[in-house]
Amino acid sequence: MSATVAVAQPAGGTLVAIAVGMVFVGMAIGAAELVPHRSVSIRRSAFSATVDARVGWLILGAVAVTCGLVAVGLIVGDFPISAGDALRTALWERQGEFDFIVNSLRFPRVTVAVLAGMALAASGAVFQALISNPLVSPDIIGINNGAAVFAVSILAAGGDVSLLPVAAFGGAIGTAFLIYLLAWKQGVSGSRLVLVGIGINSALAAVIVFVTVRFPIERVVAAARWQAGTLFGASWSDARILAIGLATLLPGCFFLTRRLRLLQLGDDVAAAMGVRVERDRLLLIVCASGLAALAVSVVGPLAFVALLVPHLARLIAGNLTGGVLVFTALLGGIFLLASDLIAQRLFAPTVLPAGVVTAALGGPYFLLLLARHNRG
Amino acid sequence: MGKQPIEPALAVQNLRLSYGGPTIINDLTTVVPAGEITAVVGANGCGKSTLLRAMARLMKPVEGAVLLDGQNIHSLATKQVAKRLGLMPQAPTAPDGVLVGDLVRRGRYPHQRLFDQWSIADQAAVALALELTRMREFVDRPVDELSGGQRQRAWIAMALAQDTPLMLLDEPTTYLDMAHQAEVLDLLTALNANDGRTIVMVLHDLNQACRYAKHIVALAEGKIVAAGAPGEVMKPDLIEQVFGIGVHVFEDPVTATPMCVPMRY
Repeated sequence: MSATVAVAQPAGGTLVAIAVGMVFVGMAIGAAELVPHRSVSIRRSAFSATVDARVGWLILGAVAVTCGLVAVGLIVGDFPISAGDALRTALWERQGEFDFIVNSLRFPRVTVAVLAGMALAASGAVFQALISNPLVSPDIIGINNGAAVFAVSILAAGGDVSLLPVAAFGGAIGTAFLIYLLAWKQGVSGSRLVLVGIGINSALAAVIVFVTVRFPIERVVAAARWQAGTLFGASWSDARILAIGLATLLPGCFFLTRRLRLLQLGDDVAAAMGVRVERDRLLLIVCASGLAALAVSVVGPLAFVALLVPHLARLIAGNLTGGVLVFTALLGGIFLLASDLIAQRLFAPTVLPAGVVTAALGGPYFLLLLARHNRG
Repeated sequence: MGKQPIEPALAVQNLRLSYGGPTIINDLTTVVPAGEITAVVGANGCGKSTLLRAMARLMKPVEGAVLLDGQNIHSLATKQVAKRLGLMPQAPTAPDGVLVGDLVRRGRYPHQRLFDQWSIADQAAVALALELTRMREFVDRPVDELSGGQRQRAWIAMALAQDTPLMLLDEPTTYLDMAHQAEVLDLLTALNANDGRTIVMVLHDLNQACRYAKHIVALAEGKIVAAGAPGEVMKPDLIEQVFGIGVHVFEDPVTATPMCVPMRY
């Protein structure tokens, strides 16, 4: 490819790979529909549980696809490295001539993509179930913009960039608490939470616009780039933050899911079943906001992952259970990693922010799946 | 039937209820006899549903107390109450696509623990609940695609899976046609007759209440106007107090219980 190309051209190989990938995903979803929902009971002395056979297979499949995509992410890039060299460098010979490119650039980036996608998707699934509204996600009720206000301010004012993740996380969590407090009126109802959230979201959006017109354009560009959501420069320390956060908050959501499943049936039903409604709702909001805040603080407010992936997971796996939540998270990781690979390779060597791909490809692709599902 | 002292499953003492504004139930004292069907009747907005919610521990009384087996219900742990008392709210809704089997299984929550979520007892209770409500063939159907009567039976199955000796139901026959109303009420009667389950239901059809309930509590403006057997409550002057309309009372030709028709037309 000539270095003087002014306008980036889509890479032919990447387009073919995207098409093959999309067809593969469509076929995998079709195959999943063939596996019936069948409850398998597991009992070992004091332990008992049920597992839906389809969800079990879906989780295994999602783990396999994630591993495959991680491998692709390690092999593919501007600097040509053979598949064998890339995988060897990443997995067992953690040094050698490709060490920096594979282990300091590509591996942390794919890891961050998977973990951030998991956090966003799980957060969206919990919010959608909690508020009984399929159009809700942390980005719509202002949690992402809460992070963005601080992140954009730091970038636009030329502040200390190392503070950015902490500030973004604080902004997101602070916004979640503000929404909860403002929505409180003898308990928090779902619809009031959404309305308050939408109000806060637009107020925060206005602050962001103010900041972007107030500061010099060169710095505002960096802020705009962050706002699109990007995995550029993802490091192992980002991955570590995400891993620690996920390891605490995801099990929290997982164990709260059985109470969430009762809250879905209405506060009165849940309370009559022995759920402590307000306490458990607050716990769920804390866990879900924490997951979203974590992801946004590292990769920026990526559009659509938290909104769309839970829908996709529900279409394939069924209504929310602990297992479906795990599958949703894995699907989020796959979605974000695939989007980032496309963003890197589609116009290579020009790199798009991953958020552009999640929005531009995710939206239409979701509509396609929805249309197919509704017809079938 | 001789006059035996009533053994109360649930006792309400000097209850005052309010949602923060006007008082909805004022100084109300009554008992729910164990092993019987009790119907709570009254005009729209008289506080029937609010009383039922307080009985189910869903709201805290401003004054007074609800006693479950002699203990103040608010001194008991939420899950302990849920093992003894189930509630079906008026017109409950499930998220789109929730399957009947999944809904009924959720009713086992009070009996489950974090790592013990599908015991033999859970499985048996769900199977029995589906059997009794004749919902077995619908386990894999989404609740939102069922007819009104089937949907109501699915929710009753969930309450049955909860396996409580006391069941409270808020207008279980709303939105149902005549045949489906009878179907739901027959089911509740069978549950009461077969294993002595105590049932409290809010009904707005007085004649239905007289047919199916042994004990009727009639409310007007947050106070009890009459409580007792259908024959004691179904009197023209009392009905006028409760509903504000004159009625003619006569014997139900089918069940020999009292029934009434309005005088005004």
